[in-house]
This record gives sequence, structure tokens and C-alpha cells, in this order.
Amino acid sequence: MNVLHSAPRFTRIEGLRDTLSKSLGEHLVDAHEEHGELLLTVKRASIEDVLRILRDDHEYQQLMEIAGVDYPSRAERFEVVYMLLSLTRNSRIMVKCAASEDTPVPTVTTLWPNAGWLEREVFDMYGVLFDGNTDLRRILTDYGFEGHPFRKDFPLTGYVELRYSEDEKRVVYEPVELAQDLRQFDFMSPWEGADYVLPGDEKADMPPVDEPKTTEKPSQTGAGKKADDKAAEKVSAAAPAEKDGGEDAPAPEPTEDQPARAKRKGKTSRTAKATEPKKGDR
Amino acid sequence: MSTGLQIEESPTTGDETITNYTINFGPQHPAAHGVLRMVMELDGEIIERIDPHVGLLHRGTEKLIEHKTYLQALPYFDRLDYCSPLAQEYSYVLAIEKLLNVEVPERAQYIRVLFAELTRICNHMLNIGAHVMDVGAMTPNLWVFELREDCMNFFERMSGARMHHAYLRPGGVHQDVPEKLLVDIGEWIDTRLPELFGDAMSLVLDNRIFKQRNVDIAVVSKDDAVAWGFSGPMIRAAGIPWDLRKSQPYDVYDRMEFDIPVGTNSDCYDRFVVRVKEVYESAKIIKQCLRDMPTGPIASTDRKVSPPKRAEMKQSMEALIHHFKLYTEGFHVPAGEVYVATESPKGEFGVYLVSDGSNKPYRCKIRPTAFSHLQAMDFMSKGHMLPDATAILGAIDVVFGECDR
Repeated sequence: MNVLHSAPRFTRIEGLRDTLSKSLGEHLVDAHEEHGELLLTVKRASIEDVLRILRDDHEYQQLMEIAGVDYPSRAERFEVVYMLLSLTRNSRIMVKCAASEDTPVPTVTTLWPNAGWLEREVFDMYGVLFDGNTDLRRILTDYGFEGHPFRKDFPLTGYVELRYSEDEKRVVYEPVELAQDLRQFDFMSPWEGADYVLPGDEKADMPPVDEPKTTEKPSQTGAGKKADDKAAEKVSAAAPAEKDGGEDAPAPEPTEDQPARAKRKGKTSRTAKATEPKKGDR
Repeated sequence: MSTGLQIEESPTTGDETITNYTINFGPQHPAAHGVLRMVMELDGEIIERIDPHVGLLHRGTEKLIEHKTYLQALPYFDRLDYCSPLAQEYSYVLAIEKLLNVEVPERAQYIRVLFAELTRICNHMLNIGAHVMDVGAMTPNLWVFELREDCMNFFERMSGARMHHAYLRPGGVHQDVPEKLLVDIGEWIDTRLPELFGDAMSLVLDNRIFKQRNVDIAVVSKDDAVAWGFSGPMIRAAGIPWDLRKSQPYDVYDRMEFDIPVGTNSDCYDRFVVRVKEVYESAKIIKQCLRDMPTGPIASTDRKVSPPKRAEMKQSMEALIHHFKLYTEGFHVPAGEVYVATESPKGEFGVYLVSDGSNKPYRCKIRPTAFSHLQAMDFMSKGHMLPDATAILGAIDVVFGECDR
């Protein structure tokens, strides 16, 4: 494919895919290139060995990121993606393995100390367990949070909301109550992707008519005096006149007694003179 | 968590002695640069252990992005690292462009690089000022904030917004910049920036107190810097000349001439000086952009990605349809996954974008720069004094909007 974009250009190593595939051997499930980036899919149990080989034999010194992705339709619904960076060869690769809620992924904190928090984040957001991570606490969510918010089946609004309670003098948690529905607009074109029924869609499934109706003579069109009379008929009467209910309701009683304003003392109504400075003051 | 002090009996004198202290640093501490809570175990004033608790500013940005079209998700990136908004947008638009394989006109590339570097200056002004203030000096912070204000004014003239620009768009930038703005930036780079910044730094760089607070604090070896996933000024201070603008150039960075400042001692002072030098390198890049910037379109002419001009919409039905479709349904991105990382002022800011072929990202993982740096806080500050923690934190340059997402 002709490269038109101007995204970061790192060194493309000739035959990198074959070299790495050979080196990883039976650990490898799939290796493919897309958009100039190499993606390796490996077996879950051997992820630590794979990353060790890549770090020690192929100069991928830095673990930049671990990302979780949720694909609920798959048998093992989660993907854990490791982004590796080689400072010496100026190359990036992505290594990934599949996991489910109850199949732990071996930890890589043994290889990189910064994997600790990255694994904690994937655990927090998706509930993927990491075997051997001694400090697998939640990291980004609240203390005492329940559930894994980035799973596709977790609602965007969440389940609880918090507020400061003036009565209890502390923050309280309550089930989410939306004053109005969350505005989720579906802008997908109805010709592609929409799976809801639009008015008129039911006609597509109707059986074909045995005798199609045809119009060959003017009399078959239905036009004529009868149709004109029908069209001239009033559809509805004019709006009914409003009934007079007698007197209007009187003005409401004043709620408070207000003293009448004192009368102005001055004679003149022109006040412009008062704004001019007097002789004495500045 | 409030264990407070633990009292034990001294084996020799029989008196009560204080052994270890556990204190909370933050989440409401001015030197924590946001909402960082650190549980510190202290032995007297010596730090034994630090357990940073992050996530107090977690807003679920990545989940929100999954529910928005590609264009609607863009402004979320301004709100991550609110001190360098354009740098975050940069990774995201490049990731989209990589998936779409769309060409960006040359002028747009120059504008992007120019303002990305102005963002870097703006970000470093904040960090340098805050770092200096964290260790006790007041004046330089006020001076560099003047410069930051100038940057903000330039950004306002560029996009209409001082902080949340939403200016970079897939395929180019949102609007062309006025000629006068470019002239003013050029003048500012030549006169005001070197004068005021030079003055401010002359107060700091050789200052005895500043050096006492920073030199030899939190020394990280080259190997450790690599193993902990450091990037940006943190890895350069360790003596590794690693800069994504040089090694993995994007847009027109490969045409720019600039140097990568590196440290020798890998302490907080080096990290500070690397940032100071980077300001001058950014100024160099901006000048080259101003010199070489061609005229021409500022966004892709591919109407399936970037919307037509408003004037065109008044004349052409086709343009009107494109505009309507782009701002309701949005564009569709071919299925695939990419990881795109750019050199943000704080380090490597990456976006892992998974597309399923629809108009919304299936998954958008953001790689914050602060995550691996902050994680090393425990190992960097072990054995240092409590007041050193603020210097170390200042030299990391952490912003929690980005760390917690």
C-alpha cells in the first residue's frame, strides 16, 4: 500500500516478521503486518517467555504500554496487548495474547518493573488476572469500587453515583438516577449497519400480490365529481368559541404590607445639575 | 491509613522512641501538582517507602471515546494533559490518519509542528516555574508565567480557545492561521522569549539554593531509566539521546534542524536543565517553520474525511451533503489497529487505536507519560529527605488529567 499519511516513521527492518517467527517458534499463534506495524499473537501461557526472548535476543528494551481490549463475542473475551520499543533498532512491535475472566496471564513484572502498574490498570478496567503480580490492587477507580468499567457490558453511566450528604456529613453512594435519558444518538446510515426497524420496512417482507392493480382508462383513476366533493368536505369544524366565564379573577392580595413611598421634596424634575461638581470640591 | 507514629521502647535507654511514620502527602497538597495522594513511610525525615495512589481524577475518557465518533472524541484529548493540549491531539489525529492513510497538505504539517513546539514551550514554562517554586523560589515563576500568558494569547488567535483548542483535525488543521499571528510569533521568539526567559533562568541555573535542592537528587542510571519505561526529558536527562521527533519523525520534523539536549548526571537538576535547553530548541524549530512554511490548503481535500469550507457549502449541494454527513454520522475508519506515539513535552504520549470499521473507535487506549515516571517515584525517592519528594515530583512533570485519564 502506498503510504500517504505522515504518522511517526520508525525503521522498517527487512524480514523482521520471519526472524521473530522463527525465534519464537511454537509460542507463536499468528504474526501479521498491518499499517507497517508488526503484530504478534502468542499463547497466553508463554507470554513471559516470549517477551523475555524479545527483550534479550532482539533488543526490545522498553515496555511502553499494556492495553486491554474486550471482545465479548469471543470465547476468551479479552486481549492483552504489549507495546514494545527498541531504542537501539528504532522499532516498535505489538505482542498480544487472549484471556478470559478466569484464565490468569503470567505477569511480566519479572522483566520490567514498570509492568506492575500497567497490569494493575488492565486488571482494574477489565478484570484480567495476572499470575505472579504480588500487588494486583485497583489503581484508577475509587476505593471500594465494584466491577470492571471498561468491559463492553458495563454501562457508560455506571451503577452508583456519589454526593456529599449534609445530614450524614460525609460522602454517600447511591444508585445512578438520570434526570433525563443519556443521549446516545445513532448516526449510522440506515443503509449500513442499522439493525432497528424503520416505518415501511415491513413491506419488504409482504407476499407479492396475485392480481396487480393497473390503471389503463381515465375512469380507473378514480377522478371525477365524487372525488371532488369528497375533497371539498370540511375535515373539522372551526375552533369553538371561548366561553365567557363572567368576571375575571381579581388581582392577588399583597403578601406584605409595604409603606407608601414618601413624596419627593424637590420642585424641579431636572437632575443633571446635581451631577456637576460644586465649586469647592474637586 | 492513619497509623500515625509507632512508638516502641528503646532497647538501651528504655525511653520511648519513634520508629516509623506514615503520612499522607496530598491529595490536596500544592506541590502534588494536582490530585496525587502518596502514602509515605518515613524514618524521621528519611523516606523509606512511597505508595502513590493515582486515579483521583479518573474520568473514564477511554470509555467515553468509545461512545463518540472519531471527531467528537478529539476534544477529550485537550482535557487529558491540560498544560499541553495540542501534543495530545497530535497522537490521536496521526493515529486516525494512519488508519485512513490520508495525506496531509504541507502547510498543515508545518502549522502542526509550529504549534506543537509552541505548546512545548508553554508546557515547559509551567513546569519550570512550578519546579522552581516547589523548591522555594517565587520570582522566576511569575516571570515565566508572563511568557505562558503570551503563548496562551497566540493559541487564542490560532483557534479561538486558550486551552482546549480542538485545533488539529484528521487530515489537517481546523482553520488557517492569520499572517499577522505568524509575524507576531516570530517577533516574540526573537525578542521577548530569549530576554525574559534568559533573565528568569539566570536567577535559577547557578543559584546555590536551587542546586542544593536538586543536584544529586533522584539519580537514575541509564539501565534503570530504560527498564522503567522512561521517556521524554526523563530519559534524556539520563544521558540517552532518545527523542521521537528525531528517531521516528512525523509530519515535517525530518526537515527540521535541532539538537537533543541530554543530561550527564541524571538527577533532578539535569531534568530541569534539559527542559530549559529544549525551550531554545523549540524556538529554533518554530523559526524554521516560519521560514519554510508554504502557502496552500490547510486540510486534506479528501471530502470523505475533512469537511468543505463554509463558503463552498453555500454554493455546492455536494459540499453541503459532505458537511452534513461528516458532522452527524462522521467518517468511517477501516478496521485495524495501530499504536502511534509522539514526543509530547512530557515524554512519549501514545494512542492505541482499534477500529472495527464503523464511525466510532472500538477501543482507544491512551498511554500517559506520567504513569511509568510516577511509578518509579518509590524507587527514586528511597533514602532521600521528605522535602526532596517535591523536587523529584516537580522534575517528573506530572499532570493528573493525563495520568488518570
